[in-house]
Amino acid sequence: MSNSSAAQKSVVWDWLTTVDHKKIGIMYFLAGLFFFTIAGIEAMLIRIQLMFPEMAFLGEQTYNEVLTMHGTTMLFLAAMPMFFGFMNFVTPLQIGARDVAFPFVNSLGFWLFLFGGLLLHVSYFTGGAPDAGWTAYAPLSTTSEGQGVDYYILGLQVSGAGTLMSGINFLVTIVNMRAPGMSMMRMPLFTWTTFVTSMLILFAFPALTVGLLLLMLDRTFGGAFFDIGLGGNVVIYQHLFWIFGHPEVYILILPAFGIFSEVISTFAKKRLFGYSAMVFATMIIGFLGFMVWAHHMFTVGMGPVANAIFAVATMAIAVPTGIKIFNWLLTLWGGRIKFTTANLFALAFIPSFVLGGVTGVQLAMSAADYQFHDTYFVVAHFHYVIIGGSVFGIFAATFYWWPKMFGYRLGEGLGKIFFWLFLIGFHLTFFIQHFLGLVGMPRRVASYLDGQGFNEMNLISSLGAFMMAVAFIFLVVNVIVSRKNTTNVTDPWDGRTLEWATTTPVQEFNFAQTPLIRDLDALWYEKMNGNGKIKAAEPLDEIHMPNGSILPIIMSSGLVVASFGVIYEMYLLIALGLLINFGCMFVRSIKEDHGYHIPVSEIKKQGGES
Amino acid sequence: MAQPAHTLPAHPEKATLEGKNKYLGFWFFLGGETVLFASLFGTYLALRGSTADAPGPADLFHLELVFIMTMLLLTSSLTSVFAVISMKKGSFKGMIMWMWLTVALGLGFLGFEIYEFYEYNHLGLGYTSSAFASSFYSLVGTHGAHVTFGIGWIITLLIRYRKAGITLTNASKFYTAVLYWHFIDVVWVFIFTVVYLLGVGA
Amino acid sequence: MSHVDPSARLEGKASRDTERSLKRETKAQIASFVFMIFMTSTAFLTVASDAIPTGFAIPFILLLASVQVIMQLYYFMHLNSKGNAWANVMMWSGLFVAAMTVASLMLLIGVTKY
Ligand SMILES: [Cu+2]
Repeated sequence: MSNSSAAQKSVVWDWLTTVDHKKIGIMYFLAGLFFFTIAGIEAMLIRIQLMFPEMAFLGEQTYNEVLTMHGTTMLFLAAMPMFFGFMNFVTPLQIGARDVAFPFVNSLGFWLFLFGGLLLHVSYFTGGAPDAGWTAYAPLSTTSEGQGVDYYILGLQVSGAGTLMSGINFLVTIVNMRAPGMSMMRMPLFTWTTFVTSMLILFAFPALTVGLLLLMLDRTFGGAFFDIGLGGNVVIYQHLFWIFGHPEVYILILPAFGIFSEVISTFAKKRLFGYSAMVFATMIIGFLGFMVWAHHMFTVGMGPVANAIFAVATMAIAVPTGIKIFNWLLTLWGGRIKFTTANLFALAFIPSFVLGGVTGVQLAMSAADYQFHDTYFVVAHFHYVIIGGSVFGIFAATFYWWPKMFGYRLGEGLGKIFFWLFLIGFHLTFFIQHFLGLVGMPRRVASYLDGQGFNEMNLISSLGAFMMAVAFIFLVVNVIVSRKNTTNVTDPWDGRTLEWATTTPVQEFNFAQTPLIRDLDALWYEKMNGNGKIKAAEPLDEIHMPNGSILPIIMSSGLVVASFGVIYEMYLLIALGLLINFGCMFVRSIKEDHGYHIPVSEIKKQGGES
Repeated sequence: MAQPAHTLPAHPEKATLEGKNKYLGFWFFLGGETVLFASLFGTYLALRGSTADAPGPADLFHLELVFIMTMLLLTSSLTSVFAVISMKKGSFKGMIMWMWLTVALGLGFLGFEIYEFYEYNHLGLGYTSSAFASSFYSLVGTHGAHVTFGIGWIITLLIRYRKAGITLTNASKFYTAVLYWHFIDVVWVFIFTVVYLLGVGA
Repeated sequence: MSHVDPSARLEGKASRDTERSLKRETKAQIASFVFMIFMTSTAFLTVASDAIPTGFAIPFILLLASVQVIMQLYYFMHLNSKGNAWANVMMWSGLFVAAMTVASLMLLIGVTKY
């Protein structure tokens, strides 16, 4: 039994081996931001290519690759990881936990995601990125030449495994690690949405795993799943992809809902209106998320009754979502609203997202969908929900939790310029695409002819995109120049939930004494009814902490090696990679590591005054 | 940690927070695995008639062989139950003995499966022969890979802890391995019914 | 303060109560095992003998399989014992998604239109 405290480590080694959920959260966020930047640049390339008719800026093959990478990166490697960053950092704090349930698995999940994402991007340098769209429908993907699609399959397989692990980690953390008094119905809404999101991950990602597996088996090992000549059926892939894919878009929007609930109630200085209705609406959205996937396949030919069932189920989702919208509005009603940048994003989200929701119901009408399908109307719709919902959520959370995560406040002046530029740029880019779609411009085309009535709208759309890019530069500048704002970072917004009761920077053990939770909005309750400090549920005592480990990186590299083996059909490399991976699992299994204890004297020294 | 140290609790696998987490997390993982296997089952069911010109289920399957495999796996499920009961009784020797028996039965199952695949391949059903062939080998092969992993896992634990006695750490490790083993059996029950019985009978 | 060493050998025997309930459990597990063997054999014979019409045999053996799976989950894997509410939630959610997946892949792949 190792009772010694952690030995002195270099900073780099510390971050590479960390199992601390806060450090992993920061790494998730930064890695997500990195991929977000790449995918944003890809978006700009797309909009430059489409700015004028018959542009020859990218070329068709390159356009297909950039388009595929933009979608894939945004969904799998940018938006989701940035949410994971907040979930990792904030959720354990919000439930009063010292740690997550599986610190080692958590770190493994992060490294798998990062290495999978990097693997996908290696394809740019090895003869071409994937070019079959982010959905990689068979047979387009199974017959695509070169190794691009193989990189897509393996990259997503590796990062998807990491995502699944993180999901299980969040679930168990929330079920088992809540502080005394933190019943399920006292959990902050962000924690609730983390929980439901993790459930969606748990049940959606295995379908993607199998979908990608089948693609891999067909492409590399001569399988006949999607080979019509041998009796294959390509619709199977579409089902598997969307059984994953629809829940995936809720994986992207539910955490944003949680963030808006926190931000709006904090800046309206009111308890969230209809807390339990919000919780149930979240659960119903999660449940319905698994019943509607075939609305992406209305034109495939499943038949009219099947289409009708999925159409009705899809429209039903508007009900719980509507409940949420009204609850946010009623939270604002009569509140003392502060228009901070975080809150501006939350307020702008409501009308923007409603617009995306309305077009969603339009698209759900299966008969009308034959008109909308594969046009820019669809592109406009999902950018309204993903930017107007998820990305606004990410930006709101960035401004809201930045002080806690990084120890300084982002500037509000620059923040507001960023907000307005981004908001206007966003609507300029995508609102007009509805009409572009309605007049018949198909999606995923590398160019269009002059004289079809697409010219002006495409130009406006591209100008809007440039505005968003300029806005993003303001965010980057803000991050750099605001570093001196290190005052008032412990509880800058007069917060309501437990994360604002911790010190900034948060101590590695989060809470010197496990907190005692007496009501919903635990900190606010103590501010109103107590002395403003959270009560302790236990006397000051030694704290047990897990040891860091380098194994997650080695395991992830093993899987990357095996992936290269599959991509280039080098069986020895596959064996080597799997050997590294299973070897690490073996070591982890036989080497018992019970962590270490932080003595009371050390806790006091670190300012565990609480 | 109020109870006196080092005496056997009623549920040694869930006596620590780590144990509780592992137990719950593993159940959640099995929930996800259910969807994974369902996707493979669905693919198989969609393609089971697509035999192209290659042999189909009725030409290939020997129900007697598969019945023996089912019995082996079912019995191994029971022996792993006995291992857990021994663990809760505090009988380390009993637990180890039952676990080895589970491994032996699992190896028997795996041997039959390898023989079966070899035989089908011999009869002209290669992996690339037809959509049915691909989906059959993928579904049953994924199950077989799970059995292989389970055997490797349990053997690792058995060797690592051969002299350790029951501890709070290894109790939860053995318990999750047993849960995994049961789950493999659950999946096989459906493979036996849906692939083999329906393949011959319908 | 001393900590429980998680790697220390656990000494002593189970309490008399535990001992008794384990004995009962052993009997119940053997009974359910015999029952499962019986059901597997029944399913096998239903298909192996040509006497039973297919229209009955298919739903019948699927039912037998489902009952067996429930028995495995609830007896062998102890889903029925107390404190397993969350495990039940996740297992049944998984089974629900699994059922939807299998049903759609069987019916909605464009071969027959519904
Ligand atoms: Cu959808």
